[in-house]
This record gives sequence, structure tokens and C-alpha cells, in this order.
Amino acid sequence: MTKPSPTALFAVVCVSILCVRTSLAEEVSFNRDIRPILSDRCYFCHGFDENHRAADLRLDLREEAEYVWDVDSPDDSELLLRITSDDPDMVMPPPDAHKEPISKAEADLIRRWIEEGAKYEPHWSFVNPTRPTTAAKNTSDAIDDFVGRRHKEQNLQFADEAEPAKWLRRVSLDLTGVPPTAQEMRSFEFDAAEQGEVAYEKAVDRLLASPLYGERMTLEWLDVARYADTNGFQSDAYCMNWPWRDWVIDAFNANMPFDQFTIEQLAGDQLPNPTQEQLIATAFNRNHMIQAEGGSIAEENRAKNNFDRVETTSTAWMGLTVGCCQCHDHKFDPLKQSDYFSLMSFFNQISETGMTSKKMSVKHPDRPFSVNYWVDKPFIEVGDDATKQSFKDAQEEVKAAKQDLESHYDEYVAGARQWVQEIRDDPEEGAKRIKPGEYVARFVLSADLNNPKDNGFKRLIDTYLSRNEPWKSMKDRIAKAEAKANLLQEQMPLVMVMRDDQPRETFVMLRGNYETLGEKVTPKTPDFLPPLSPNEADDRLNRLDLAKWFVSDEHPLTARVTVNRYWQLMFGRGLVATPDDFGLQGALPTHPDLLDWLAVDFRESGWDVKALLKGMVLSRTYRQSAITDEDRIEQDPENKWLARGSRQRLDSRLLRDQALMLSGLLQHEMGGPPVAPYQPGGIWESMSLNKNHYMRDDGKDLYRRSLYTVWRRVVAPANFFDVASRQSCSVTLNRTSTPLHALTTLNDITYVEAARVWAESFANLKDDRTRLADMFFAATGRHASENELASLNRSLQKARVNFRSHRDEAAELLTTGEAPRNEQLDPAEHAAWTTVCLLVLNLDETLCK
Amino acid sequence: MNPLSLNRRTFLGGLSLSVGMPALQTLMAAESPSLPHFPAKAKRVIYLMQSGGPSHVDLFDDKETLRKMQGEEMPASILQGLRQTTMTAGQKSKPCLASAWAGHRRGESGMWVSDLLPHTAEIVDDLCFVRSLHGEQINHAPAMTHMLTGHNLPGRPSIGAWLTYGLGSMVDDLPSFVVMTSQDRQGSCGQLFFDYYWGAGFLPGKHQGVPFRSSGDPVLYLSNPKGVSRHARREMLDGLSEMNQFAHQRYADPEIETRIAQYEMAFQMQSSVPELTDFSDEPTSVLEMYGPDVHRKGSYAYNCLMARRLAERGTRYIQLMHAGWDQHGNLPNQLPIQCKDTDQPSAALVKDLKARGMLDDTLVIWGGEFGRTPFVQGDINNPNAHGRDHHPRAFTMWMAGGGVQPGKIHGSSDEFAFHVAEDPVHIRDLQATLLHLCGIDHERFTHRHQGLDFKLTGTEPARVVKEILAG
Repeated sequence: MTKPSPTALFAVVCVSILCVRTSLAEEVSFNRDIRPILSDRCYFCHGFDENHRAADLRLDLREEAEYVWDVDSPDDSELLLRITSDDPDMVMPPPDAHKEPISKAEADLIRRWIEEGAKYEPHWSFVNPTRPTTAAKNTSDAIDDFVGRRHKEQNLQFADEAEPAKWLRRVSLDLTGVPPTAQEMRSFEFDAAEQGEVAYEKAVDRLLASPLYGERMTLEWLDVARYADTNGFQSDAYCMNWPWRDWVIDAFNANMPFDQFTIEQLAGDQLPNPTQEQLIATAFNRNHMIQAEGGSIAEENRAKNNFDRVETTSTAWMGLTVGCCQCHDHKFDPLKQSDYFSLMSFFNQISETGMTSKKMSVKHPDRPFSVNYWVDKPFIEVGDDATKQSFKDAQEEVKAAKQDLESHYDEYVAGARQWVQEIRDDPEEGAKRIKPGEYVARFVLSADLNNPKDNGFKRLIDTYLSRNEPWKSMKDRIAKAEAKANLLQEQMPLVMVMRDDQPRETFVMLRGNYETLGEKVTPKTPDFLPPLSPNEADDRLNRLDLAKWFVSDEHPLTARVTVNRYWQLMFGRGLVATPDDFGLQGALPTHPDLLDWLAVDFRESGWDVKALLKGMVLSRTYRQSAITDEDRIEQDPENKWLARGSRQRLDSRLLRDQALMLSGLLQHEMGGPPVAPYQPGGIWESMSLNKNHYMRDDGKDLYRRSLYTVWRRVVAPANFFDVASRQSCSVTLNRTSTPLHALTTLNDITYVEAARVWAESFANLKDDRTRLADMFFAATGRHASENELASLNRSLQKARVNFRSHRDEAAELLTTGEAPRNEQLDPAEHAAWTTVCLLVLNLDETLCK
Repeated sequence: MNPLSLNRRTFLGGLSLSVGMPALQTLMAAESPSLPHFPAKAKRVIYLMQSGGPSHVDLFDDKETLRKMQGEEMPASILQGLRQTTMTAGQKSKPCLASAWAGHRRGESGMWVSDLLPHTAEIVDDLCFVRSLHGEQINHAPAMTHMLTGHNLPGRPSIGAWLTYGLGSMVDDLPSFVVMTSQDRQGSCGQLFFDYYWGAGFLPGKHQGVPFRSSGDPVLYLSNPKGVSRHARREMLDGLSEMNQFAHQRYADPEIETRIAQYEMAFQMQSSVPELTDFSDEPTSVLEMYGPDVHRKGSYAYNCLMARRLAERGTRYIQLMHAGWDQHGNLPNQLPIQCKDTDQPSAALVKDLKARGMLDDTLVIWGGEFGRTPFVQGDINNPNAHGRDHHPRAFTMWMAGGGVQPGKIHGSSDEFAFHVAEDPVHIRDLQATLLHLCGIDHERFTHRHQGLDFKLTGTEPARVVKEILAG
């Protein structure tokens, strides 16, 4: 649940912090204290965008603004007079700008800043970080040092350390996405007592080495990469990019350095002799939605694909919001419209059509409906040699079958002509051949029977062939051969990749409109960032240059942005609270020194993601208990100063995995095509005019990790909530509470079945108390108090009474889900335990990490 | 006594009030404390989205010139600069196509309405027609997205999300923003609906519209698991709540209070939704007014009555989405069917609200994402194979109640029903007006996202259409 108006409060909170932090003795900092005010209230009209600049005044450059202040006599400065005026015609920002007025505290800060010489500083995130000094020898200690410094300023201190099992649950969920088993937690309690610190490190090493780690990290990256299993829009047909998803899993599990991870995804195809894996990696920039609506304009669609690539890449690696520059220069950040299109030209050399270039329908014999795949070029075929050979054979057969029919072309055209002519001549008899309501009936009269290329006649020929021998058999042979080939093709996915196979010129699109072109641009990076020049051998920059530039030692953003995203994943909140905006309007880092230290260390470690995460989760900061009191919550409601453990509801996809894990249903099979677990009927159908059918899988595919659940772009899986739309790049967390979420975890088959199966696992334990204690511990990582055990026991007794007197209801409840039931168990007893298990799955403490 | 209210009181009585009630209020509260900016005329909005693009030429904007020039080429001066979909961009000939149906001026306002819409014709004096709507998008998805979210690309909050975000909820056992979809009975002229048409965009996820489904549970996962009675669920939730209170004592986390309220609201919803969808308390006369389809779940008529029932119970924003107005190739046969399905229920909804005294503070909006071309698409000589293409340059919508002038006709198109002639109303202006009627100044109603202050009406200037506001 987001507290009321976090963003509305945001400015106020910021300012109050500034007031706290800027004690009278301390010098005013432009970056920390002044720019946020100028950017928020002034830059919209007096900033970087010259088309929207008022009074020819820009405040973002010192030399342009000097005349609005007087260092010797601050109170006579035009700037101060304007922001403190109570004359509506004088005051800035003017009332019709609908900006928050400048407060007294803010005006005082500005006065002091002028007094101190009105010094400007470059925006913090555009300056390459250097490693701040700390005596700490490793990442964990450095984190604790920097966090501890803020505690002192804020008069806070570290909370107690979380109980070992509680920590293990938290770190397992954060690093692998599933909770530890009760057995693992018990062993760890023992090890922690025996071995201390060593046990913690061993536990983290074990988690990082688990293949589950790669899957957990991939889930987050798929949100960034707006990955889905279909293209979106009207047709919303399937694409086949899942080998890219598996590439990401492998990359994380192999701890591929983040610079390589970057280069291969942005430009794997431009590496010397790229491997198939490196080509698959480039699907990152083909994971966007694909518009193929009838009537849409391919050129416009292509422009939109490129917009998406520019915006996704900029947000993912630079934490910059560049979307506004589609239409105009940025109002706040020093980004010009031409910069946007210069970035676009890196991606605009691809032979994509702007629609889809290959469509294929695959019907599995045991499935009621066929599946439609639509992909656009360029793509590569990913499959093993045996499948490739079978596919080749199948294609030969398709060719042979077609040739067989086509060798009789003149014959069947003549036959069709006569067939249609007879329908025309005798409509009554003809209605037996083509019923009046049929689609092709409309062509009977209008078709040009002398022109076999006529659209209407073509359709009629087709109808004739499918209804008359010997043609019908020949057509059937073709259809059969094609169906076989398509089934094989499905096993060799066509992965859409990046390839510079169509040189194109790129122009600024005026107001973002693809039809009105402005100046021509070439690949180039924005001026305010480190320069990137073509080397001598190659006069034109390409994506490989761009990718290397992102991860170069000079780039100020990539390391910070990445470290911040992983901090958010571990702590629930970024050091920069706006992971998608490191620009002038973004939040300032709460711990700038820590962020910079981590960024530099990450880069110098060889972009070692596992080492970074290990440092975070072993820190004292991370290991704090979430237990606190109301005073401390009031002092820091968002926990931005990290004086207690982070406590947040789990991602809904992890909630599902957790329920499957606790019940023992979770299948650990990795990779492959997406799967379709439980989902209420009719959801896809109502979002597809009956063309996309949800065909539920059976058996183990019901219990694969949420990562593999088929994700239709226009309608996310029904039991996921607060998740990224997968329609565009998303790096922010969304945690709300609505009754609909409660209904999901209380009533969805997934959770009820998990409760039923989980309940069976307690049958062998000796008594109710042991069972309840074990259950609570497994779900929460904490040993229940007497009060809690008594409460759970009351719920159990009530459920027993209920189901003993309603045995039919018990029997019914136990039929939930496909997993087999242990028929030895008494149904009333099993149903009662199912109820308690479902209760425990819904405990706030189970839902939260 | 209603056993439910007893349970509820017992439940909340069992909690220390400091836990339950404020959290419940938090769940319902607006997130923009300064709203409304001024007293609202409309407490709630029912948006009857006619998806696909209803033909303004055939239904509301008949032109003598088109009738005279039937079959003759549309003048080049009119077509100049036209951006057309690829379906007709390549069509060399663009002959005028007048409405194939008669129509009459109706009521005191004298509004011309096609005879295809007899029920709407009856109530023209309760309606306010705007005949000068215009936008830029020529394809369904971008045009719908623009109409419903203020921007042509997916990702912005929808109108309903903005309203519940700004104004909060008026009801604690039903969603505040409900979406219901239906489609034409032949399924031949429909468009797909995307979830971002009712999405929350960058606003907190709880503000997204809740789709009511026509099959299975009206709200996803509403029903208890099979074999779990309401009584058993109540007992379990009491136990859960007690456990969560222990957790709250331990962690002092206010989110836990919210969680307790969230589960209680879920339980309430499990009884309020079935009650909502049970039409047995509706008098026959009311059911008849909506027409025979009212009994068919998921029909437009059913959804119209549901809209009134939701409005009565406090849902703030109700969005009906009816597909089936996209007549490219079969207009002469399709349009009458489409009108028959929607005309009576739409009019009944207005009449019903009026009879209950609810029309004054309920804004009803009827309209599509664009209109249709005044020239033919396809073969003008073959009524079975022609229709009209998309046309955002001038089209018609109507509104009723909620502070809008009844019997008003605003704006007009040119003699070909092609361009706006007088008083243009951009869809941004419509959105600004909608917010205004709800007590919101669209200029001041913003949300900070990625460093920018976003508003529903976007960055281009938009104006409240003062001319159509009731005195």
C-alpha cells in the first residue's frame, strides 16, 4: 500500500531534509540544495529548451544568469525579488505556471547561496564517480560505514540483527526468489551459532551458486527489457524470443560481467565472429511490442520500434528519461531533440518491415486450437542439427506436394471457372456448392473468371480445390506436410535479432512525427556525456561503439544506475529513489558517497554482479531486523536512512513461487518455451475477439516458476499483480494493496492447491502443536510465539468442527487442483489443515520479506 | 438484521479501532489532498465507449451536400493533406457516400438523429451533442488510447485512474473504477480491448480499472474455493486478522493495518458483488426499458443496467466498452444491427438515471474514438461490399447530466461532414471538460513521474468547453 501521495509529499520532504542537512555552518551546495529548486520551479521556462524559453533568461548556465543576482547585495538581486514578491505580476514562478510557490526556507537557501558566491556545479550524476574515502576493506563494511555516517547525522542507529533464520529467508527470497526450506533454516540456525560469520558467507555462496539465482535475476531483467511472449496490439500473435530469456538466465548464472552482458545484448552481432548465443543476446532490442494492425502504416511502426529502443536503452543503462526529446529539447536535462534522433540512428540500420515478415500457424494434434506466430525480420533459427534435418526433409515434402498440384495449374483453373459458372447459372443448385452465408459467396458474382489473378477468383479457385477431387487430396497432402514442418519450426524458434542489414539515413522527426523530417543526423552520443568518436578505421559509429561507451571507465551513469537497481532489488528502495530518472528532476541519492563507492567498486571489480550482491546481503545494514516501533517509523517512514531491516510485500510472481515451493509442488526444470498454468477461463478470449485461446498445460508445467508463465502483452497473467506491463521498459517497483490482491491469494487454485498439498506434508508429525509450529516457521522464518500458536490452533479447531459436520464440503475442497491427493488422510482433517495452510500463506509476514 | 453487517461489526469491534478504521480509510482515500479544486457537478461518470468509430455521417451529421453529390468524387480541396489508413490510402476514387437512412430533427433542440436510433431520438432534449470533436489518430488502438488516457502510446493513466487517484473512493465494498466490455453480436466489426485502456499507468496500481467479467466470477477470484462456505471463510479471516494484529504489535509497520483492512474489504466484496449482479430486485418496467438483451450477461444492455446499479452504490467511474462500430466493408447491413443493440439501452440508462434523480450528478458520455469517412470505402455500387474508413477530423459525441446543458448542440462540421466548421472541440478539450465537471482544474491536476509533472490533457493547450456547461 502506497501511503497517500508519496509524490505530492516528495518535494516537501526533500525540502525539509535540505533544511535539516544544511545547518547554518555548512556551505550551501548547488547540487544538493539549489538546483532541485531551480529545476523544479524555473527550468521549465528558463532552462535548456530554447524553444520554450521565456524572457531570454536561462538559469541552467551560470554565465547566462549572472545578471539576476548581486553577490555583494543578495537582497537586491532580481532573482530574490522575484521569488519573494507578493505581487502576482512580479512573482516567480507565476501563478499560471501552476508550480509550487517558493517557500521562505527555500528563498533563504537561495539568499545564502548568492551570498556565498552563487557557485554552480555540474549535475551530480553527469560527473564520473570517484571512490570516496573509507577505512572499510570490503563492500559490506563500506556500506555499513556510509550508512552509519548518515545515522549519526540523523541521530539514528543500526537496529538489532535479524534472527539467523529470518535473514536466511530474506536473502534466499532476494537472491533466488524462493524461500529456504525449514530444514535449511534449522541447519543455518545451528551453523550460525557454531561458526558465526563463516556460516553467513557460506549460505550466500550456496545461494549465488544455485541455478535459481539466475532465474530470479532474470525475472527483474525481463521487466527492464519489456519481454513478453506475444507482440501486443490487435493480433497479439506469439513471437518466439524465449531463447533470449534463457540466454539471460545462463548469463546471470555464469556471472557474466555486466559490461559483457551489456555489449552482447546491444551489439553481440557486431563482435568479431559472433557465436549463436551472442546473436540471440541482441534480441534485447527486439523485445518491444510489434504493431501489425490492419491499416497501420509500416513506416510509422518502424519509427515507434526505434523510439522504444532509444528509450529502453537509455532508461536501462543511463537512468535517463529521453522520451520527451522525441518532440522537443528536454526541459530539464541537457538533452537536445537531435540527441534523441542521433541515438536512434544507432538502431535504425535494420531490415525490419514495420509489420511482421513471417506468419505461421501451428496446430498440435492434441490441442483444440492452433497457435499463431508472427515475427519480423531479421531473425535467426535456433535449433539442433537433428531437428534442422527433419525440418529440411519436411520442407522438401511441402515443395514436392505443391509442385504436384501446380503441375495441373491450367487444368484446375479451367475446372474452377466452370464450377463457378455453373453456380452463377443455377443459383439454387449452386447454393449446395457455396452456401449464401459463406465468406466466399460474395465473390461468386463479382469475380473476374477470365483473370486467375483476380482476388475474388483466386479465393473461389481455392474453395474449388478444397471441395473437389482429385485436388482435395493434393491440397490435403500440402496441408499435412506444412503442419508437420510448422511443428518442427516451433522447435526451432525464430529469434528476432539486431543486424545492420539495411543502411538508412536518420532525420530528426519534427514533433516526433515520422512524416515531417528535419535535419539529418548521424550516430552520436549527447554532448554532456563523455565523448565518443569514431576510430580511424571506421568513420561511422555503430552499436558496438555505443555499447562499449556505456561501460567505459569514463561513463558516469551506467555503473551508478546498475548498482542502484540492484540495491533496490535487495533493499526495496533505491539509493536514488527514482531508478528511472538520474536527471535533474530525479531524486537525489540519499547516500551519494555510498552510491559512488559501490559504482566505482563494481566497475573496478570487473562488473562482478555476484560480488556486488554478496557485499550487500552480508552487510550489517542488510542484516538488520525489521522489528521497530512507532517512533522510529515516524522518524523515517520510508526507511530511507536504513536504520531497520527492509520489510516489503513480495513481488506477486514470487508469492506464487513461494506457495509452490512451500507445498513442494515447484518444478525446477529450467528454460524452454513458456508454459500455461492455471488461469480462470475466458480471460484471453475476452481480450482477443476469440482468436487467442489460453490452452492450459497439464502436469509439471502447472508448477514451473512464474518466470516461465506465458505472458501475453495485452493481458498479463491473471494472478500476477503490481507487475510491470511488459509493454515498455520498467525499472520501478510497484507495491499496492487492494482487495483484489487478497482475493487472488485466498481463492486462486494455485494457492488453494498449494495449501492442500502442503497440508499433507504435516501428517506425519506427532501433534497439532508441532505441525503448527513447523508450518509457521517454514512460511515466515520465525518461531511462533505462544499467542500465535494458540491463535492458529483456534483456527484449526474451528475448521475441524466445520468440516467434520460438512464432510461433503471437505471432499469438495480437496478436489482443488490437479495434483494427486494422499487418499489415506481423513478428508475432514485434511480440509481443516488445508484451511490453516491457506491462512498461513496469507499471513502478512508470509506475504512480506 | 443483515447477517453480513453483524459479522462486519463483530469483526471491526474485535479489532482495536485504531487498527481497522483508519487503515480502511487509507485504502479508500484520495491521494491528492487538494481536490476537488471547486465543487463538482458530477459525482460520478459513466463513459459509454462506442469502440470502432460510429459513423457520425449516418447517425447524427447528415449533409444535404453529400446526398446531392452521392457517388461523385469528394472535392480535392476537401481531401487535401488527408492522412488515411493504408486501407483507403491507395483507393484512387473517393466518392461521396450519403447516409442510406432517413432521419429527423427531434425535440425542442431540433437535433437531427437517424431513424436507426429511435430511442436516442426520444431523449434529445436531455442530451448535449458535440458535432465538432476532432483528433489526430487514424487507427483504433492509438485513437482509443488517446481518448481514454490522453496520449496515443500506451502507458499513461486512464481517465478513471486519474479520477480515483484524485478523488478517492466513495464506497468500501466495490471497486471505484469498473470496466465492462461487450461486442456486436456477429463479432464482425469489433476491435480488441487492451488493458491499458483502463490502466493506472504510472499511478499506483490500485487505481486501475477493475474489469467485470461476463462469464465466471464477475471479479476475478471472487468466489471462495469450492467447499469453502462463507461461514468457514469468515472464521478463517478472523483467525488471519488476529495473527496479523500480533504481527503489527511486533513490527509496528502501518502496512499491516492496511493489509487487515484489505482482507476485510475483500470479504465485503464477496457479498456486495453478487448482490450487485442480481437483477431480481429490478421492476419489470425497468428491465423492459433496457430491452430484451438485459438478461444476457455481457451484453451491452446488461452492462448499461449494471452501470446504473454501480453508480447507485457509489462507484465513481464506470467505463463501458462496446466493440462493433468498425464498418469498413458492410456498413449497410451492419450499422442497423449495431444501432439496434445499443440505442435502446443507452437511452434507457439516461432515462433511468433521470427518473431516480441521479442524472443531475452523473455525467454520461457516449462516443467512439473517431468518426467515419464521408466518402465510401470499397465499391459504392455494391452495398454488400462497402463501408467507411476511420475519420478523426470531425465526429459527434453526446453527453448527458452531470452539469452539462441538456438540449444543447455544440459545434458543426462542414458541408461534407469532413472538417470541423465551427467551435472545434479537441479530445483534450473533452477531457478537460470532464475533469472540470468533476471539480478538477486539469491544469493543476498533475502527477510527478520521471521528473515531469504529467496531466491527463498532456502538454498541448486544452480548454474547458464552457459553452456546454449548464448555467
